[in-house]
Order: sequence, then C-alpha cells, then structure tokens
Amino acid sequence: MYRQAPRLLIRALTGGRRGAPAGRPFSTDVPAAPSEDAAFVEAWRKVAPNIDPPKTPLAFMKPRPPTPSSIPSKLTVNFVLPYQSEISNKEVDMVIVPATTGQMGVLPGHVSTIAELKPGVLSVHEGSEVTKYFVSSGFAFIHANSVTDIVAVEAVPVDHLDQSLVQKGLADFTQKLNSATTDLEKAEAQIGVDVHSALNAALSG
Amino acid sequence: MASSGAAVPFWRAAGMTYITYSNICSSLVRSCLKEPYKSEAASREKVHFAVTKWADGKPEKPSIRSDSSED
Repeated sequence: MYRQAPRLLIRALTGGRRGAPAGRPFSTDVPAAPSEDAAFVEAWRKVAPNIDPPKTPLAFMKPRPPTPSSIPSKLTVNFVLPYQSEISNKEVDMVIVPATTGQMGVLPGHVSTIAELKPGVLSVHEGSEVTKYFVSSGFAFIHANSVTDIVAVEAVPVDHLDQSLVQKGLADFTQKLNSATTDLEKAEAQIGVDVHSALNAALSG
Repeated sequence: MASSGAAVPFWRAAGMTYITYSNICSSLVRSCLKEPYKSEAASREKVHFAVTKWADGKPEKPSIRSDSSED
C-alpha cells in the first residue's frame, strides 16, 4: 500500500479536479468547484514523488518483547503500589495471586493472562521462602515471556493486620448488610463483608 | 467472547464504578491495620480535588474537596 503512495498523492490532485461534484456525494452547500493554486500544484508535483508516506501510530510503537522458545526457569515479578514499588524485577519460582476466579498459581511459562484481583492474599514463593501480602484489589498481568506485573492499590504484609479490628469490622458490616435499604448501601455493605471475610481468612489461614 | 454475556459484578449492578469499588476496598484494609502502620497509612487516605461545572461555555465556581489543611 505504501509503495503506491507517491502515485496516489499525485492522483489525488488530478482526480480532485475532475471528480469534484461527483466525488463528494454528501455535500450540499459547498461551492461549485474547488479553486486551485497553480503555484502550489507545480511545487507539489515536484516534491510528491520523493516524499515518504506519513507514518501510522503502529510504526512508532516498540515491538513486543520476544517470547522465549523454551520455558524460562524463573518468573520475573514486578509488584507495584501507587505509593511505592514493592517488588521490582525479582526472579522467583511461583506467585499465587488472589484472582476473582480463585487463587491462581503462576509458574514460569504460564499462558498470557490478565486477571482482576479480589481482596485476598498474594504469596511470592522463592526457593523455600514465602512472602505473603494482603492485597485490597488490583490486576495481575502475566506476559508470554514469563514477566508478571501485579498492580494493587493497597497491599500489606499479613502480620500488619489487627485481628480484633477485622472481626469488629466483619460484625459491623454483616449488620449493615442486613439493615441496608438502597442498592448502593447493600453494595457497600457487601464489599465490607467480602473484604473483612478475606482479611479474617488471611489471618487465620 | 463473553462480550454481552458476562454477569456484571454486584457493585457495578448497583451503579458503582471499579475505581470507587477499589478505593472502598483499600480504605477498609487500611482501617484494619495495627497501630504504627495505621498512622502511616492515614496520609494515603487524603483526597484533594476540585470540580468545576461548566454552563453556557463558561466555568462556574469550582467546588474543592480537600482533606489536607492547605488553602
């Protein structure tokens, strides 16, 4: 298509003169024929065959990183929060993410996936050590080259959580859910119950 | 592809957007933190924005919502 570009650029000029009335079927109050500036047309004819066609946005985009031909042995994890970067380019064996569809284990060579996260525990397994974070919500992007980007709004190590506050919150929201009237109140109470149940499960699990 | 068939989550059915849902989840998690971490997280709860409604092509007075005490 771009090979034809110089020819088409010139043709647009001559075709426009001839086909003006027929070439614009939807125009109603447009002047009878477009006037031409001879000097411009001359100069354009000189330049047109030599200029490159305009670049499309696709030409400016960086190519996708290559998918390695054999499955890599380690997963590269990036875990970021809005206010800090928790894990950056760390090579690990496995991460378990709390996706809305359930706890999902990600190993090197995992199929490319975008997973929405629900409130739950994210665990990073490296050798025999496991680091656990409670994630409030977010997304996990698993790429074909075994790089996993996890973004969350709030993530805390499980031992930063206060058990009594969690249980009190769960009781409060369960009660609010029973007494809620409007859809919005019900939704907010349901969110409260979900989050606190997940916090409870994280603390006891 | 489940373009029009996927069941909507309960919060979207109630008219909430994902951002509102996500922010509610994170503020609930922050409220369950133990003491030193809780006060550190308090600064993340603060919100500051100004909303300007437009009428007849002209901006009206902006309404400012701010949790910080600067003017």
